[in-house]
Amino acid sequence: MSINVTRRQFFKLGGAGLASSSLAMMGFAPEPAEASIRQFKLTHAKETRNTCTYCSVGCGILIYSKGDGAKNVEQNVFHIEGDPDHPVSRGSLCPKGAGLLDFVHSKGRLEYPQVREAGTSEWKRISWDEALTRIARHMKDDRDANFVQRTAHGETVNHWTTTGFLAASGSSNEAGYITHKVVRNLGMVAFDNQARV
Amino acid sequence: MDNSQNIIARSATTTTPPQVRGHVDEVAKLIDVSKCIGCKACQVACMEWNDLRDDVGECHGTYDNPTDLTSESWTVMRFSEYETQEGNLEWLIRKDGCMHCAEPGCLKACPAPGAIVQYANGIVDFDSNHCIGCGYCITGCPFDIPRISPKDQKSYKCTLCSDRVNAGMEPACVKTCPTNCIEFGTKEDMLARAEKRVGDLKELGFRDAGIYDPAGVGGTHVMYVLHHANDPNRYSGLPKDPRISPLVGAWKGATKPIMSAIIGITAFAGVIHYMTKGPKEEPEEHAGHGQDDAPPPHSLGYDATRPRGEDR
Amino acid sequence: MTNHWVDIRNANLILSMGGNSAEAHPVGFRWVTEAIEHNKAELITIDPRFTRTGAVAQDKAFIRTGTDIAFLGGLISYLIETDQIQHEYVLNYTDAALIVREGYGFEDGLFSGYDESTRSYDKQSWMYEMGDDGFVRRDETLQDPRCVYQLLREHYARYTPAMVSSITGIAVENIQRIWKKIAAMAVPDKTMTILYALGWTQHSIGSQIIRTAAMVQLLLGNMGMPGGGVNALRGHSNIQGLTDLGLLSQLLPGYMTLANAKEQDYRAYIDKRTKQPTVEGQVSYWKNYEKFHVSLMKAWYGDAANEANNWCFDWLPKLERPLYDILDTFERMSKGELNGYFCQGFNPLASFPNRAKVTKALSSLKYLVVMDPLNTETSEFWKNYGEYNDVDSSRIDTEVFRLPTCCFAEDEGSIVNSARWLQWHWSAAPPPGDARPDTRIMGELFLKLKQLYQEEGGVFPDPILNLTWDYRIPADPKADELAREFNGRALEDLTDEQGNVTRRAGEQLAGFAELTADGRTAAGCWIFTGCWTEAGNQMANRDNSDPYGTGNTLGWAWAWPMNRRILYNRASADVQGRPWGADKAFIWWDSEQGAWVGADVPDFPTNSPPSQGQMPFIMQPEGVGHLFAGQSMVDGPFPEHYEPFESPVPQNLLHPGKEKARNNPAARIFEEDREALGTPEEFPHAATTYRLTEHFHFWTKHAELNAVVQPQQFVEIGEALADEIGIAAGDWVKVSSKRGFIKAVAVVTKRLRPMTIGDKQVHHVGIPLHWGFTGVAKKGYLVNALTPFVGDANTQTPEYKSFTVRVEKA
Repeated sequence: MSINVTRRQFFKLGGAGLASSSLAMMGFAPEPAEASIRQFKLTHAKETRNTCTYCSVGCGILIYSKGDGAKNVEQNVFHIEGDPDHPVSRGSLCPKGAGLLDFVHSKGRLEYPQVREAGTSEWKRISWDEALTRIARHMKDDRDANFVQRTAHGETVNHWTTTGFLAASGSSNEAGYITHKVVRNLGMVAFDNQARV
Repeated sequence: MDNSQNIIARSATTTTPPQVRGHVDEVAKLIDVSKCIGCKACQVACMEWNDLRDDVGECHGTYDNPTDLTSESWTVMRFSEYETQEGNLEWLIRKDGCMHCAEPGCLKACPAPGAIVQYANGIVDFDSNHCIGCGYCITGCPFDIPRISPKDQKSYKCTLCSDRVNAGMEPACVKTCPTNCIEFGTKEDMLARAEKRVGDLKELGFRDAGIYDPAGVGGTHVMYVLHHANDPNRYSGLPKDPRISPLVGAWKGATKPIMSAIIGITAFAGVIHYMTKGPKEEPEEHAGHGQDDAPPPHSLGYDATRPRGEDR
Repeated sequence: MTNHWVDIRNANLILSMGGNSAEAHPVGFRWVTEAIEHNKAELITIDPRFTRTGAVAQDKAFIRTGTDIAFLGGLISYLIETDQIQHEYVLNYTDAALIVREGYGFEDGLFSGYDESTRSYDKQSWMYEMGDDGFVRRDETLQDPRCVYQLLREHYARYTPAMVSSITGIAVENIQRIWKKIAAMAVPDKTMTILYALGWTQHSIGSQIIRTAAMVQLLLGNMGMPGGGVNALRGHSNIQGLTDLGLLSQLLPGYMTLANAKEQDYRAYIDKRTKQPTVEGQVSYWKNYEKFHVSLMKAWYGDAANEANNWCFDWLPKLERPLYDILDTFERMSKGELNGYFCQGFNPLASFPNRAKVTKALSSLKYLVVMDPLNTETSEFWKNYGEYNDVDSSRIDTEVFRLPTCCFAEDEGSIVNSARWLQWHWSAAPPPGDARPDTRIMGELFLKLKQLYQEEGGVFPDPILNLTWDYRIPADPKADELAREFNGRALEDLTDEQGNVTRRAGEQLAGFAELTADGRTAAGCWIFTGCWTEAGNQMANRDNSDPYGTGNTLGWAWAWPMNRRILYNRASADVQGRPWGADKAFIWWDSEQGAWVGADVPDFPTNSPPSQGQMPFIMQPEGVGHLFAGQSMVDGPFPEHYEPFESPVPQNLLHPGKEKARNNPAARIFEEDREALGTPEEFPHAATTYRLTEHFHFWTKHAELNAVVQPQQFVEIGEALADEIGIAAGDWVKVSSKRGFIKAVAVVTKRLRPMTIGDKQVHHVGIPLHWGFTGVAKKGYLVNALTPFVGDANTQTPEYKSFTVRVEKA
């Protein structure tokens, strides 16, 4: 491969990138033809096993990120392909899975907590602490005002129906479990996930 | 390292490439059209692996998107709704892309030394560093595959993921294919697989099933299994008997010295262009700008800037 | 799925119906192409459209949307009348021989017990008749007119080929050809697998369509068999897991249910759910309900839960209405009855029916919290996007918080695929910016609330203040801690009958058989017990070996329950415990070992010999599969065809003139939403919404690669309809329903053809759903502007798949 690099440098120095081949034809070719022209891009990249989170087939994926995991490298995903060991997917991915890289790096990814104040038409960036403090305040105020301990018939129900929660069936079991644990113990019943639709 | 990519042919080069390390298996990609669901995973995997992102286009009233091969879409699915004589509707979906001909017309037609190479394993690869954007490869290709990029005036097409194959892997499209419609292996093994699949299809009543490995280009390293091999045209215009354009033969013969001279002058113009306006590699704002430095794209009766596939 | 993806390769016939498996699950579909090539299986697809699945199917039929019960009900009749059923299986493994109580009946399209004022049934008459011995009576000859088999026969006798044809729009010869192929699977050693998805779920009769399929499979002897089953391919990656974990309004983890307001007594609540065998000697696994329940309470409340306080029974919310489902919630929200709402990875503005109503509802909230990796439409419902979201921000007073979350590549944990496999994954990179995992957001939010209740007091703080929260970093519970918690552990030493210690206090449990009802064990989700044992994280197992060559890879990940890959697999052997056929050997009784052995973990007591007579369906009190759904369904023990709430056909051809039986009589519809239904005159075309293989819901329009391969919104219409309205492929059309409209490019295709229904020609309009006003694909209209606000009677899943529209040139 070093030959290849040298050749490129030769032409760069020569300052005639476009015409180099033509120059070669006129007799200025550097001698050996290269063995191959494309470098393999995954050599030594960090490989992480994961599962595609689009549909429910649960295909195995291999995520390749920059660097070998050394301390001084910020891991950045640059390629995703199928896990050939996976008994269902055996290395395959559908067009959604094959494009996962662009989901990870989508321009639509959210990066910071934001609030849109009532009646305004803009987002405002806020800190996590401010966001969660304000949300918790809203929740407590609503819960304390509207929590039903007993029905008109005197039945104990201990539920909170004026705030609802939609959970994500694209998230992990662990996220789902803690969400259920928190939501149910606040007394919420208007609680569903995508299985409902 | 056992390098399966020994170059055995190189465009516009008269010296004989090294031949002694010839113990290399030819490879082939087999596309079994009868198993294709047109999911486009191969399109996406191709773009992802090769660091390409084609434009976000529009819907033109079909499932085809992008509607044609481009310099950034090296493979596309072509959908065709075909009604048989018995009145049955067939939705025929074909993955289109470079066929990696054993006798590549593009390589024969290419005037730029080393811009197109053929490896001992059969892969025909474009080395864009050497491409001068003349578009002759398009004329030379009986399958209408290469495309000139409006960004850099260089020609591009499927590489059969020569980088992956060299590393002992399969092309990205092959690996990702969900339905086992695209397979990869030695050409010998793929022919055996194809024979088996043709037998399966005949059992299912497709009496014209067959292998598409056209002799007119010396056979190909991308082959199809077709349920209707008697009429490849049915699959969005797959040519029945592809051959290299006679124009390429002419170029290889009598006109070559003249054409070489023209290219040489063009190259010299390129150097002038560099000295006066800076490196050509800078992104061009407008598609087509700068073509005055290249030979007229229609000099062989072909306009490389014409949008492809409009006649489909 | 009762079976699993790789197992599809063992099928002899594949019925893809109520789903477009190639389109929505291409990689799972590989096992269909595998079965076709290597098992010489045939693929049949039945769909309103010629789909991508159709492109590789050997046989297909085109069915009017929403009429699947007619087709399958006719099939049941055909199987019975031509005597093509798996006799030994039907007699022993189903309830065919059980006697139904006097009083059950069906007349004018209504089952016995109907109350029109509440649109509901009293199910008292839908029960088996109990004998003097306290067990259900049976008739081994299947001749008693009140046995399930004879009632079934009578019920579907009306579904003649001619009737089925007139309802479904499929020609009689096509119906009979396909029925014949399916009937051939009644022999013991051949199986059909059924693959379905939201194409069956999203109807007002959705649950009953699926039940009809299950009944067909019972008659053919295909449940519990390799290459058989009724396989819900499902939608989202962890929709199975979140359902298993009970994140639905009426559920608790592991398919336990919350009490309703009437259930004030703990013991009565438990007893009702503790299913004792109703046929002598059967397993009836739900008899262990209290063990599961108490273990959950111990996981949540620790020492605060004890026998004296009924394990904190009253700390759990109780239900005042049958369901607080999303339709009910958005109905209440649109009336100003909700103040707050959370959308964690859910985009209801795009996903819920009648978008105008959803916008109105969200606008009436005081606060909305969106947790998502992506910029969703819901998070910007208040923002004007011209024709795509024409709202006036200044008039919307909802405070909206948007919290960035990690995606799969940046977090760790497990997700459950539709084959019930819990697969662990690892993080590959840090999230962008300041995004955080959902687990941490929920943790911090909870601690903030807890702090407020500690400092200020407030209403009923008990469950908040006492919730077990012993995570290493309380504000950031980690996936491994949570997984260990839902697996469960021993709180005290567990002992066997001889007093030997079988499990030390503090150890992880190996399976749910270890759970106790006396507070000695804690487990957050009993069906997941076994996923993280003393041997470590079983979900991280990655051994893909397949020792029996059946495609069963027990060493890859971990499947609930107890790593079983095919549910009810005892049914893969005959009554004597022998495989039904050499090709179908899966588990069998080994008399030398005195155990069930084979390729799978037996879904059965391992040492119960066939002579003991325990039957395969261990979750049912009768031990057998239910052809007659006495108590599990709200809208009838046998499925009946009813028209979609919006139908191009003015009446139910099975019950002409019977207005009450036109649509599902037990489906709930709010008054305002009934008024928003269109008539066939105004909206003559049958419409159905669906997704495309290039996209995933409203996510992938944010991914450039997917936007490139399917960039812009379109609708599919047939050539005949295109001619009628004067448009060509690529032209713009306007599609309207009573509730709204969209504009899109027309894909004009031969793959959609008009159907003759009665004396009427019906055109279908296909509406893919992926576009919206955020993302990198071309902007488009949210298609749920069109869909009706009515759901399935049992689940309230909206009827996205069948409604009516009018198409015109835009």
